[in-house]
Amino acid sequence: MIGEILTLSVVAIFVNNIVLAQFLGLCPFFGVSKKLDSALGMSFAVIFVMTLANIVTWLLWTLVLVPLDMQFLDTIVFILVIASLVQFVEMAIRKTAPVLYQALGIFLPLITTNCAILGVAQLNILEEHSFIMAVFFGLFSGLGFTLALLLMAGIREKLELVDVPAPFKGLPIAFIAASLLSLAFLGFGGMFVQ
Amino acid sequence: MNILIISIVIMAVLGGVFALLLFYASRVFHVKTDPRVKKVLNVLPGTNCGACGYAGCPALAEKMVDGKEEVTACIAGGEEVALNVGEILGVEVKGAGTKQAARLHCAGSSSHSQELYMYQGIEDCNISTHLADGFKQCDYGCLGQGSCARACPFFAITMSNDNLPIVDEKKCTACGICVNTCPKSLFELVDVDKHVHIGCSSPHPGKFVNKVCDIGCIGCRRCVKVCPVKAINMKEHLAVIDYEKCVDCGLCATVCPRKVIFDSQAGKRNKMQITSECIGCGICKKVCPVGAISGEKKQLHTINPDTCIACGRCQPKCPKNAIIPLKDIADEDINRSD
Repeated sequence: MIGEILTLSVVAIFVNNIVLAQFLGLCPFFGVSKKLDSALGMSFAVIFVMTLANIVTWLLWTLVLVPLDMQFLDTIVFILVIASLVQFVEMAIRKTAPVLYQALGIFLPLITTNCAILGVAQLNILEEHSFIMAVFFGLFSGLGFTLALLLMAGIREKLELVDVPAPFKGLPIAFIAASLLSLAFLGFGGMFVQ
Repeated sequence: MNILIISIVIMAVLGGVFALLLFYASRVFHVKTDPRVKKVLNVLPGTNCGACGYAGCPALAEKMVDGKEEVTACIAGGEEVALNVGEILGVEVKGAGTKQAARLHCAGSSSHSQELYMYQGIEDCNISTHLADGFKQCDYGCLGQGSCARACPFFAITMSNDNLPIVDEKKCTACGICVNTCPKSLFELVDVDKHVHIGCSSPHPGKFVNKVCDIGCIGCRRCVKVCPVKAINMKEHLAVIDYEKCVDCGLCATVCPRKVIFDSQAGKRNKMQITSECIGCGICKKVCPVGAISGEKKQLHTINPDTCIACGRCQPKCPKNAIIPLKDIADEDINRSD
């Protein structure tokens, strides 16, 4: 079991990195990677919501959709779950942990539209994980997102100081840097043959 | 058909469950918020521009209601928004009406100042300043590579052909971004009704300034001596205007041998004269910085044209509008009562 979880952690964080290998969640990846602290805030919010969303969607999938043979409803049901969950979590955190609410700030409601959350929920049922593995898959995917976002934020902060040719300034050079980063991550590809 | 009904039922049930959950959650987790936050939010521009330094208007509105931020903190909204917010929060808006703008304390454009070496690198003041304090011989001189112009979110700064930033005071919102951007700290926020400013920041002795720049302040103290209100102080070998005391008379600009004191109102000021409308209240006498107004209480006051420095401070203070520019005096019969 522990061995399985360890394998999953390497697979989800490095080999199948949600951003750099699966190309999900590219919008926040470029949107909030300009500064390290906002990247950190976004990352924590994603880890949090991704894990919770995986728990709820897995339960709904196994207890409702599969027994009723309604698997084709997955996308719309998951979107509904994620949207309500984010709302619920925002209210709960605001009441119980105002400090955390302040730290996550605007990023929490923004996650509703983050495709990485839906993508991980979908991959989760596609790979037929058990419940515990589903929870860890959400957590590790979130950590993978964090890793990619923090690497990118670090690179972009350095890029600010570099004399980039005018046509490449800003987003274009960020895309090039991201593609190189992605190529580097493809190097993990041969580690596990599933 | 069966599938259709089941899917509709599933979605309806799930939707209902989540709606109920959220409904109860909003009850259970209800956080009391100040109703004024919503009101403040309504008068803010709502563009979430972030110029105030917070993540959008809602964050600023909360800070304003908490009293952690001034009601004038909204930069894009300016005076109008500040007044509205002040009304909601019951705060008197101080300083509203005295609009500020950024002024550059350097006149050493490319043609006026000497270079230390040929700089061939990234055209950015904040980068070139790291190489021996910049490529100008004057270490307080404007590097003229336009970091401030690029940083200005309101496009109020343009670079002149002689590599000196020009601030458009109409567009400038006094947000202070250029003040923080300039590596030489050459910008200062000054009330726009103060028209006189010194275009130099170098505290070096005159001999050195003379060598590196043909417009910098040489510390001759002529402006200090001529200032009627002692508003100009020497900081080492540099004259600095204390705008708290400055009466905007422009005398210093006329005596500066280096022509480094700029006065946008030069030649536009008039000496004043008191008409027979005067009721002798004595207010003008009190505001006159040079004591040019004389007269007994409840008697017609007069202004001595020789001592008057044409600062114009008395004119708006007169309750009877009896003070008018000297030039227009021909239209008025001042000796009507005599």
